[in-house]
Amino acid sequence: MNKKQTKNNLITYAIVIAFYIIVEIMILTGNLSSHMKGLLVPLTYYAVIAVALNLCVGILGELSIGHCGFMCIGAFTSAFFSRATEMSIPTVPRFILAFIIGIAFAALFGFLIGIPVLRLKGDYLAIVTLAFGEIIKNVINSFYIGIDSKGLHFSMKSAMEMGMDKDGDIIVNGAMGITGTPHNANFTVGIVVLLITLFVVQNLVGSRDGRAIMAIRDNNIAAEATGINITGYKMMAFTISAAIAGAAGVLFSHNITTLTASSQYFGYNASIMILVYVVLGGIGNIRGSVIAACILYLLPELLRGLNTYRMLIYSIVLIVMMIVNWSPKIIEWRKRTFGRMNLKLTKEA
Amino acid sequence: MSFLTYLINGLSLGSIYAIIALGYTMVYGIAKMLNFAHGDFIMVGCYIIFSVSAALSGNSVIGIIVAVVLCTILGVTTEFVAYRPLRGAASPLAVLITAIGVSYLLENIALLIYGADIKSFSSVITWEGVSFAGGQLKIQGVTIVTILVSVVILIALQLFINKTKQGQAMLAASEDKGAAALMGINVNRTIALTFAIGSSLAAVAGALLCSAYPSLSPYTGAMPGIKAFVAAVLGGIGSIPGAMIGGMVLGIVEILSKTYISSQLSDAIVFGILVVVLLVKPTGILGRQMVEKV
Repeated sequence: MNKKQTKNNLITYAIVIAFYIIVEIMILTGNLSSHMKGLLVPLTYYAVIAVALNLCVGILGELSIGHCGFMCIGAFTSAFFSRATEMSIPTVPRFILAFIIGIAFAALFGFLIGIPVLRLKGDYLAIVTLAFGEIIKNVINSFYIGIDSKGLHFSMKSAMEMGMDKDGDIIVNGAMGITGTPHNANFTVGIVVLLITLFVVQNLVGSRDGRAIMAIRDNNIAAEATGINITGYKMMAFTISAAIAGAAGVLFSHNITTLTASSQYFGYNASIMILVYVVLGGIGNIRGSVIAACILYLLPELLRGLNTYRMLIYSIVLIVMMIVNWSPKIIEWRKRTFGRMNLKLTKEA
Repeated sequence: MSFLTYLINGLSLGSIYAIIALGYTMVYGIAKMLNFAHGDFIMVGCYIIFSVSAALSGNSVIGIIVAVVLCTILGVTTEFVAYRPLRGAASPLAVLITAIGVSYLLENIALLIYGADIKSFSSVITWEGVSFAGGQLKIQGVTIVTILVSVVILIALQLFINKTKQGQAMLAASEDKGAAALMGINVNRTIALTFAIGSSLAAVAGALLCSAYPSLSPYTGAMPGIKAFVAAVLGGIGSIPGAMIGGMVLGIVEILSKTYISSQLSDAIVFGILVVVLLVKPTGILGRQMVEKV
């Protein structure tokens, strides 16, 4: 990793830490409304999953529109663990174990889904990730898992089917999801997870493995010809990306009382929303994803005063921003106009 | 007998998916973009029929005509304002995100005008239907009309593409835009025409969808839109008969799995079929294999 990259990475950490300090000062001085405080944890997990998706879309170059499925797996496995062991393990080790379990399961599914998905190309790959995201959501919605003195019970039909004792505890209740997960996630934990995520992804990008992954993105045939193991590196990036999405899911489930696999949080629309963060933040730009996730997550909330018009304004802002940023004609026009201005300034100087 | 009824219901739902999928596949074939707002054109069409029918005290024929015309205009305008400036952008994701923006925009405009509550849509088809085998097998009028309409549309589109100059221009532009332009084809106008056809089909699909499932909300079009896209990919994207086959397969699988397995898991099964088909044949059932050159 060269000096410029290291400096760049340090700036990203500094921005996150500065943001954390400012928010903490605002909380201490009472300048933050309780509504805004409620947005802080979601802000961190959306930033985390945006970085995860950027690893997949920007660095690996494969469009995924099912990343919320991995978040869903992380959320459910960790919430299940936390609920099942709430009485038997103290908070701190349990929460750490919940993270490990959520990440491990998301990574496992990322690996398993990656095997078939990464054989496909372009839009076909995108639509299959969408399909897997929806499958995960639907299957979790029909799970019933309970625990009683005899051990675990499982059904895919209804809670009654499990045939549990009267004192049994239904943990996963089909479409009603998991209720009563302990609220362990807070803003500090979220920021720590975000920093670890940034550390992992930025170091990966700067490493030999990261360069191999980007070589595959830029030209897979040339990369293969230079002896890069294409399948291996693709799997590696996809699995890491899924694992990080799982970490976001752990934060999600430990910040919410009732966890359901609803379309609002885990459907393709949610995955697309995160893709919007990644694209507007700059594809392949890790820091951009974090900043875009923060701004775009807060924008509709800040526009709440405009109530019914807020999503309308959001959608128009989105369209206009995309056209201004990406249209070849506007880019050329911007270069001409502002290029000339720069020229004038240098002449005058 | 009940199996046959479900099968026919599946065919009917599949026909609706197929009509939507035709719009998706044509636009994808020529503009190489995923028009995420396509599902919302369906919703717009439904609301137009709903309003016009209400204003004209139940005259749905005029409603459908108005909806087709307005949806066509909407499709062409969207293409001109939102998608055309991004043609040739550095990243293909740019136009995808813009399409998502258009989708949000249409949903929220509908939300502002009509509110979030579900409207009950009165069927545009008043025919009761027929019954066979002494009333054991009943087929609803909506079901028959839907299947017939989709077959007529398929044949008409095939004839249009293979027999007319404009249709040939579409094929040429989807093959190679640069070469097509050199042959004197106005590529921009051809793409606009494709959007016009796709959007008018969305209005027709909307009328049929809401006649069969009469509940209308700003999010009515989203899920059928996504499923129709899955159908288009399943059949081989860019292929018109493929969209038809994909739609039918999807509709039948959805209805049968809802009936015999679990309504909760039916979507998972539908998407599972897509995964399996793409693994066996990565370009869909009727898709052409592209050879990648160095």
